[in-house]
Amino acid sequence: MITHAKEAEKFNKDEARVDWHDDTLWFVRQKRDRMAHNIPEWEQLREKASQIKNHTLSNLDQYLIQFEKHALANGVHVHWAANAVEHNQIVFQIIQKHGFQKIVKSKSMLTEECHLNEFLISQGIEVIDTDLGERIVQLRHEPPSHIVLPAIHLKKEDVGETFHQHLGTEKGAKDPQYLTEAARQHLREKFIAADLALTGVNFAVAETGGIVVCTNEGNADMGAHLANVHIACMGIEKIIPRQADLSVFLRLLARSATGQPITTYSSHFLRPAPGKEMHIVLVDNGRTEQLARADFRNSLKCIRCAACFNTCPVYRRSGGHSYHTAVAGPIGSILAPNIDMRKYADLPFASTLCGSCSNVCPVKIDIHDQLWKWRQILAQEGHTGTAKATGMKLMSAVLSNPDIYRFAGSTGRWFLRHVPSLASNSLNPWFKQREMPEPPKESFRDWYMKNRKKPKGE
Amino acid sequence: MKVGLFIPCYIDQFYPNVGIATLELLEKLGCNVAFPLNQTCCGQPMANSGYSNLTKGCDANFVSNFSEFDYIVAPSGSCVLHIKEHLKDADHPEKAIQIRKRIFELCEFLTDVLKIDNLPASFPHRVGLHASCHGQRGLHLSSMSERNEPSFSKPGHLLSMVKGLDLVQAERPDECCGFGGTFCVFEEAVSVKMGKDRIGEHVQNQVEYITGGDTSCLMHLEGILKRQQSPIRIIHIAEILNSSISN
Ligand code: SF4
Repeated sequence: MITHAKEAEKFNKDEARVDWHDDTLWFVRQKRDRMAHNIPEWEQLREKASQIKNHTLSNLDQYLIQFEKHALANGVHVHWAANAVEHNQIVFQIIQKHGFQKIVKSKSMLTEECHLNEFLISQGIEVIDTDLGERIVQLRHEPPSHIVLPAIHLKKEDVGETFHQHLGTEKGAKDPQYLTEAARQHLREKFIAADLALTGVNFAVAETGGIVVCTNEGNADMGAHLANVHIACMGIEKIIPRQADLSVFLRLLARSATGQPITTYSSHFLRPAPGKEMHIVLVDNGRTEQLARADFRNSLKCIRCAACFNTCPVYRRSGGHSYHTAVAGPIGSILAPNIDMRKYADLPFASTLCGSCSNVCPVKIDIHDQLWKWRQILAQEGHTGTAKATGMKLMSAVLSNPDIYRFAGSTGRWFLRHVPSLASNSLNPWFKQREMPEPPKESFRDWYMKNRKKPKGE
Repeated sequence: MKVGLFIPCYIDQFYPNVGIATLELLEKLGCNVAFPLNQTCCGQPMANSGYSNLTKGCDANFVSNFSEFDYIVAPSGSCVLHIKEHLKDADHPEKAIQIRKRIFELCEFLTDVLKIDNLPASFPHRVGLHASCHGQRGLHLSSMSERNEPSFSKPGHLLSMVKGLDLVQAERPDECCGFGGTFCVFEEAVSVKMGKDRIGEHVQNQVEYITGGDTSCLMHLEGILKRQQSPIRIIHIAEILNSSISN
């Protein structure tokens, strides 16, 4: 079974690469810090965003209905999907109806979550990811490792090699400008040939029925404007009530994501152009279930900025693929167990609970508290393994009883002093790269009994 | 003012000097301190591993040891945070609530309750401070780089009162060291890498000591330093603040 710990250990075999990964993401976080610290009302903005999202989640049904009504009035086709399979079928049916062969996509984590690409490709459709990072990982047959910077685990040498193999660039080339130009020419052809464009959605406005897609490369616009049919796929939590609320979220999103004041393209789509077709697919896929879990509903406030990834000291040193889920990082670790507790039981433990994620999050999701709460549920449901459960029971028995605790403490220390190899061996994961603490002769309590004549508190 | 001294289990067993320094320091500052003899552990190791249903014994024991004090003080931000957030006792719910309100981490007790503004301590060394996450972000002992807030540091403020101490700031002032309770063994590779990176910054700053308010983080850093045969030593902040007595 794949676990975060095992995958992270593999990732750590190449320490220089870990350092590079860590530095690259830390650079992004620092840019974010500078931007956030330059806005005096930053903390109020976060609070405002959090309140809007709270309000929206409490009235999600009404806002979704309102959104649908306005979108239909705008001439948009609206579809509802209960899960990933339905979502993929809906998209495929639209493609089939027109007899299309080639589609271009701009980045959408939802379609990653639903494994849309694999499905469409297996049906004989050509699916091209048009976000540069996405295209790189697609050529390598890898999933994205980060929701905003999908190829952040790759160096320019890796990209050069990939492009050499697939796009015929010169061997050994690693100049970003040269490589980007090659990708640009390649993607131009794909854009022009595409029958249909598929995009994600950053915000869907209930009041107008319009959607907003944020990209830095303009690839969503290029795809949607060139093709005759545009499908936009969104999780139902992307709804915001009013057009005016966008001002709050657009200010927070780009700053939190990359430290830019705003994404290069914030494109608003309201209705299809004359003679063209626009579809919106609203997807649940476990979201209403999460909404019903009082302790975890807050996780649906997420606007996918990835600030929690960049700030997470564990993510930076374990890489996105170690999370073995479409949305990695701290937020992925609280979303994934909702979908499959057994498969993702390891993720809430892939954290030190340092709390940096909750404080960086622009919509104030209590991420680290939710990690803690998931641990309780996973242990209760028996997903943490019998060895751990037995160990914990034993530990609890020792620590609950002062007499046993003192006995275990003094014998433990005695053994560590006289037979240090008991703990200093290769079976002890502490000792692999760390020395054991040196056991003192007496505990603090022993010292206290000797040195404070009349011990109080007996 | 009656102060109950809480010495977390691993400090009691492995770092008695931290307990001694804490006790002496509080006494020196005029507190009437008692150490309840039947204390054990706050229950955090079980709770953070998902087994908060197994902490009832620890909780009840904690309540019976500490319910009679005006304040409870411990030299460990992490254990204090756990008690503050999670202590429960079905038989004495109101006592548990009182304890949650009255427990303080050592540095916050010194700055917020005793409000001390000078200390007769001296420690003429170059020192790096490790801000432990549960103390910093959980108890808000210092400002965090993620938030847009005025910068402050209660441990830093206290260390500034120590004669001869040269405090050098790490480049990433508040990054986690990777200890994380059982994380340090279940995610051994990442845990150690995080610890090495924290140490690396202090090595660059050429410190003689790394200090902090959480012995657990310090124990993890110490384990790595010793394996690297580094001359940098680990010292709990209580030992520095109490240094004029023990030296
Ligand atoms: S949880 Fe918060 S910080 Fe993380 S991606 Fe979502 S909005 Fe951004």
